[in-house]
Formats: sequence, C-alpha cells, structure tokens
Amino acid sequence: MKQIIVLGRGGQGAVTSSQVLAIAAFLDGKHSQAFPNFGVERTGAPVRSYARIDDKKITLREQVYKANYAIVLDATLISGLTENITDLIIINSNKKPEEFKIETKAKIKCVDISKVALEKIGKPFVNIASLGAFSALTKEVSIEALENAIKQQMGSKGPILEKNLAAIKQVYEDSQKNN
Amino acid sequence: MSEKKVISGSDAVAQAVKLCKPKVLPMYPITPSTLIPEKLSEFIANGEMDAQLIHVESEHSAISALYGAYAAGVRTFTATASQGLALMHEIIPIVAGSRMPAVMVVANRALSGPLNIWNDHSDAMSERDQGWIQLYCEDVQEAFDTTIMAYKIAEKNNVLLPVMVCIDGFSLTHVYEPVIIEDQNKVDLFLPEYKPRHYLDPKNPKTFGAFAQPNTYFEFKEAEQEAMKEALKEIQNVHKEFATTFGREYGGGLIELINMQDAEYALVTVGGTTGTARMVLEELRKEGKKAGIIRIKSVRPFPKEEIIKATKKIKNLGVIDRHISIGSEGPLFTEIKATLKEENTKVAGFIAGLGGRDISREMIKKAFEIIEKGEEGVWLK
Repeated sequence: MKQIIVLGRGGQGAVTSSQVLAIAAFLDGKHSQAFPNFGVERTGAPVRSYARIDDKKITLREQVYKANYAIVLDATLISGLTENITDLIIINSNKKPEEFKIETKAKIKCVDISKVALEKIGKPFVNIASLGAFSALTKEVSIEALENAIKQQMGSKGPILEKNLAAIKQVYEDSQKNN
Repeated sequence: MSEKKVISGSDAVAQAVKLCKPKVLPMYPITPSTLIPEKLSEFIANGEMDAQLIHVESEHSAISALYGAYAAGVRTFTATASQGLALMHEIIPIVAGSRMPAVMVVANRALSGPLNIWNDHSDAMSERDQGWIQLYCEDVQEAFDTTIMAYKIAEKNNVLLPVMVCIDGFSLTHVYEPVIIEDQNKVDLFLPEYKPRHYLDPKNPKTFGAFAQPNTYFEFKEAEQEAMKEALKEIQNVHKEFATTFGREYGGGLIELINMQDAEYALVTVGGTTGTARMVLEELRKEGKKAGIIRIKSVRPFPKEEIIKATKKIKNLGVIDRHISIGSEGPLFTEIKATLKEENTKVAGFIAGLGGRDISREMIKKAFEIIEKGEEGVWLK
C-alpha cells in the first residue's frame, strides 16, 4: 500500500488533489482511498489531505503517520511536514532541493508548479497541476487516468477544466524532463 | 446500469437515498452530515429526484416534519449528527412508538461538552433505548447498501420500526472510496414502492400520537419489544435477499465473524474501527496467533444468541466502545458481559476514539495483547 500526503494551505485545494488522485488510481484499476485531515476549515491555515493506493481493498481507517510520498503545494510549509516520508517529497518551488534543510531519507524534487499555473490558468491554482509532477516522478498513477479523473471531478466547470488540463500536462512534461 | 466510482461516504448515502425514492426530506444540516442534504438538494434541483426537501429551522422540526410526512403516508429521509440527534431526542421515541418505518442516517459525532465535531458513537449510543433499529457500517459501500436495506427492514409489516443507519462522521462521511452505485430498476425490484398500512385519510379517520393510559401504554412498549425480536429475523432475511440480488454481504446482517472458526480470543468492534482491526488481525494471524474479530452491525436489536454462539470456544474477549456511559463503563461492554453471563468467557472493556481521537493499529494491537493475556481492559489513548 502506498500512502500520500498533500500539504497545502486552506483554499489551495489540497483536499481536491487527494480526491483526484484516488479517482485516478481507481481508473488505473487499483483500489484507493482519499480523506482530509478532519478539522475546521480556515483559509490560509495549513491543510493536510491523504490518499492511499493499493492493489487490494483498503480497509485501514487510521490517520497517515508515515507516507511514501508528500506533495507540498506551498514551500513555506515544509518545516510543518513532520511525518516520516520514505520515498519522495515533491515541493512546489523554483529553488533547488538542497536549499531545503529538512531531515528526511526521502528524495526531494522541486517543480515550479506555480509558474506553470500562472501561465496556463492565469491564477496560482496548483492543486491539480501538482499531480502531473506526482505522475511523472512516481509512476504510481498514469497521466491519462489523472486527466479522466479531473474531467470527472470538474466536468461542469468548462474553461477552468481546460486550463487545469493544460497545466497538468505541462507540469507532467516538465517533470519528466527533470527526472 | 450499475456503476463503480470513487465517491465520498456522504455522496454514497445520498445516491442510495435517491434510489429509494423518498418523497419528503426534512433536513437541517449539521457537520459531518451536511454533505448528505447538500447532495440531495442537488439531485432535486437537477430534476434527478422527485421529492420535496423541507428546509426546517432545527433538527427538532426535521424529525417532527418527518413524523408528519409518515402520518400522511409517504417514505421520508433525514440525516443528522451529534447535538442535532440530541435535539431530536424528544421526538425520537414518538416515531418508534407510532411504528413509523423511517430511515435516518446518523453521521456519528461526539456530543458537545466541550464542543467537538469529530467522530465517536456518543450520539447514537445515547439513543439506543428509544425503539429505533441501529445498524452500524464499516465502509462507504456498506453505508450505501445499508441505507437501501434499512427501508426494506423498517417497512416489513411485522417490524414497522424506524432505522438509524450509523456511519462514522468524517472517517466514513468524508472518505472517498470505490463504490458500486446500483441500477434503479434493480433497486425498484428489491424495494418496491412504499404502501403505508396506516395513514391520515379524511375518508377513513385515524388517530396518530394518541394518549395511552397506564392500562395500555405498557402493551405499546411490549409490542415494540416484540417488533424488535421480529427485526432480528427480518434483518437477516432482508440481508440474504440483498446478498442474492446485489452480491454483497456483511456477515448474516447482524454480526460479522472474521477468522472466528479456530479463534481462541477475539475483539468485538462496531463501525469503521473494524477495517483497521482487520489489518491488525491479518498480521497477528501471520504470527500464528489464534485471534478473531466479531463485528456487531446491529446494535439494536442486540443479537444475543448470535454472540453467544460465536463465542462458545472463546476464552478471552475484548470490546471496544467509542462511547462511555459516564459513571459506569462502555455500553457494549456492559451488554456483552450480560449476554455472556452463563458462559466462561472473560470480557475486557476498552474505551477508544472519543471525540475523534484516532484509533490506530498500535492501539488495536495493544488491545489484542491485553485480551490474549486475559487482563483488564484500558482506555486506549
């Protein structure tokens, strides 16, 4: 079973990221689960959301204490990533991984998701686009499944759907080149 | 056509309700049940559902309007949690006493004092003596399935009691999981249109909510108790029919036995905790431990005979309660001990998960260790 933490700020859409991820993993033929760190929603406050992916049915209901992957939507939150991450931390940043002084055995990859979002969406909406980096860098979920999951989740939203699809594709391609 | 997709527990419940075609939905949103009326409003606004959603001014009004709608002879639905259920308390026993086959989803949440929005079972457990059937769910698919079964059980002529479908707040209502949404035609065959036996009709006047003096009140309660005994049978019958029609089953409908064939010690669970306990059990089994789980799905009616049968070979048993009867102990712990009074099973009581405190694999492992040694239960914090 693979566990994923999405760390962002209230309003950035971390919860939607984990939901889209779970839908995509399911479309890839796996079992999945997504849930927010249950609590009171406050704009700007740190928000955690989780996803689990497995080949068999997931019955686990405990919180995520240790994860394979973390997606950090706002790099200033990195010191708040207190969970043990084992494989990879993806940070939305234009800095270099070594500039982040954090104790972890996981690899760190920096992807400038905000830049792509501003170009393709016109606003710093990074939650959906960040999944392009996750797909390219972890191969845990296919980009095709992600695109279908986004359509399923944002189907009624017209232009913003198209913009997000363009952004995720760009982030996916950029991340593949940087891998 | 049935469809499998990843949706939230609340969405799954709303989809199930839509398929059951209730006509009146008095709703007053409260966290963590709010997404259910939200989704149902959407269905009605989109024309996908032919029903009237009444925006009432409180939960007390929600349950009162539900009572009125049943008296008028239609299928209804409402959902609530925590203090919302507590505010309904005055009307809760009246719905059961008037033998209305209502269905309500309770998104289990701690009762306030202090204010807390997270999951435990204190809301529903505090209503367990009021004549409602209580069915607890382990995962999102089961929440969907149980909502459909609930109407069929409630509406059986020999039952006619309301059902609370209890699903863990947040840890089920807000979790996205793959769920099979069944086909409308198939559900229609399983759950035909509601035909009330008694309803308000000017041509055939009847009294609802009548006054009962000491010479009759007693018999009303006796009749409810008899109906609960019938419900023990009908829950199993409906569950069997559901399993045949839709291909999914949850034990026999009352309790589910997990690795109990050769178990020497076991843990009793209710609701979503069972899923986490399954993973711990899998590890214990790999280590060669003869452990098992008894998951109680039906808390009311309480399946005494099934529990006695399931524990015949069990030396040590433990019970996890997500509620405490303050001044006493966990209510399920009390009830299991009373059930097994003639047996030689030692029972340990554990209190866990109050006010949303996570019930981790570590905690469940510790509970299993205590049970194996035959020691006293503890608060798992």
